[in-house]
Amino acid sequence: MTRQVWVEDVWKSFDRGRIEVLKGVSLTVPKGEIVALCGTSGCGKSTLLNVISGLEEVDRGNVRVSEYDVVQESTRIDLLRHHIGYVFQFHHLMPDLTLAENCLVPLVATGGSRAEGINRLHELAKATGVEHRLHQRVRELSGGERQRGALVRSLMNDPELLLCDEPTGALDESNREKVFDLLLDLVRSRGRTLVLATHDPDLARRCDRTVKMRDGRIEGEMN
Amino acid sequence: MSLWRMIFTNLRRHRVRTAIGATGIALGVATMLSVVGLLGGAVKMFERILRSDAEMVVFERNVSDLFFSNVDVAVAEELEKQTFVKEAQPVLFTIIAAPERPVVTCFGIRAADGRLRKGEWLQGKAADFTDDGRGVVLGERAADFLNAKVGGSIELGQETYPVAGVARMENGFENGGVFMPLLTCQKAFHKEGVCSVITVALADGHASSEVKDWMGANHAKLSALENEEFSRGYSQFKIMKTTAWVVGGCAFLLGGLSVTNTMILSVFSRIKEIAIARVCGFSKGQVAKMIFGESLMVSAIGTVAGWGLSSAGLWLLAKVPTLQGYVEPRIGWQEVAGAMALAALTAIAGALYPAWYAANLKPAEALRFE
Repeated sequence: MTRQVWVEDVWKSFDRGRIEVLKGVSLTVPKGEIVALCGTSGCGKSTLLNVISGLEEVDRGNVRVSEYDVVQESTRIDLLRHHIGYVFQFHHLMPDLTLAENCLVPLVATGGSRAEGINRLHELAKATGVEHRLHQRVRELSGGERQRGALVRSLMNDPELLLCDEPTGALDESNREKVFDLLLDLVRSRGRTLVLATHDPDLARRCDRTVKMRDGRIEGEMN
Repeated sequence: MSLWRMIFTNLRRHRVRTAIGATGIALGVATMLSVVGLLGGAVKMFERILRSDAEMVVFERNVSDLFFSNVDVAVAEELEKQTFVKEAQPVLFTIIAAPERPVVTCFGIRAADGRLRKGEWLQGKAADFTDDGRGVVLGERAADFLNAKVGGSIELGQETYPVAGVARMENGFENGGVFMPLLTCQKAFHKEGVCSVITVALADGHASSEVKDWMGANHAKLSALENEEFSRGYSQFKIMKTTAWVVGGCAFLLGGLSVTNTMILSVFSRIKEIAIARVCGFSKGQVAKMIFGESLMVSAIGTVAGWGLSSAGLWLLAKVPTLQGYVEPRIGWQEVAGAMALAALTAIAGALYPAWYAANLKPAEALRFE
């Protein structure tokens, strides 16, 4: 089985080593798998996602996504542009741009074809049910629509790996279910890999595998 | 969606902040163009006084100011005998005091000098101004502030002179000045036999080099320069022009601080957005380009506003009755290009730190930022 994510003995601390957040974490995620990282707040889930995406540098250890060595600065931009999509707990859309413009921001970074980008935008917006809201400004959208928009943005460059940090954490119960269903559908239908940080055991149970984290270490796994 | 669209949106959504940044640049541009325009106009006016139908000017070599130049009037007579000279007119520049007017520019000229012919005679006539007479001709403004008219007399320095005429001169300095017969002027200032400059009109088909060669061979202590050469080399003009650019440059420094402040605020207020742009694949260079782009856009808005502001201000100034003729602003393309270049440089310098800060933001850290 081809591995999509490979993390080996990763250590990460903050505040000049005073706060150790990851303590020798190792994790392998095969291509196409949906993995939930579970654990209480502060256990290191978000930091592990940041380390996988290269947003956070490691103190030591190895991280690879596909054939890319994430520890190398030069590969990080390429990874974020073409191979990784990221969804956060908060949508972080730019309020004065329309939803469509927000979703096209990754294309500005890559300089990709506008026509292709717009086709893809409509396809994803249709799949996530926000097609009719594309030309609304973000401030005019509901919480659920904004998070769906963030999901569309993360998929614009057709990444192989989607990282989601509590993607439904800021939504009410009804929207949480809808957005999560959508997320799983999109990832499964496209054969993409998903690594998801959540503290909601119900959501974690719906993933292929659950990795339990505690105090910066991997405590165990459940299939 | 493009980088420029993002830049434009960022500026539009913080209109007040953008306006403050642009105002800083606008004031810098307006100050620079106004000062440079005013001084440039003054220089041009002075050049025209020297020029007066002549192509060259002869003056004492190495003097710091034309008021200190002493040229023997006989040189003008010698020059007029040369085949390459059509006309040589001696002019004595002086400053004289009148009651309640401590500084009045006085031009000692011959009746044959073309200057008075070019004026619009409001009182008297050109024939009343004679080389051996004492009658003076006043510029319109001078007649106004000295409260003088033809038939009356005015007190200038230690003497009283009859008013032979009043003429409206195109040039502000001349319009506010007094024209005195050369001999009378020399006597009043104890400068018998000398003048400040000789203006030389070349005979048809002759070159300025002939005058220069003749001057070099016969009067080594004098300089003969073409008007353009003189303007470029005259130290007073250089000082004035340099002062204008320095004052304008200082105004730009203040404008630059305003841009820096605007851009720092702009970066700090959207740290998370910049972080998200990085997460979406923006390189450090692209983030820096976005910040520089915003700064350049602010600067472009400021430049246009400043240009408009200075043009309007100078136009109004030229219309002020008491300044009529003295303010002759000249904003040429060099001045505009210079101001634009300085504004762009200011924008880039002002955005250096904000762009560096934004480009080096750590996205994960920035997203935790409250």
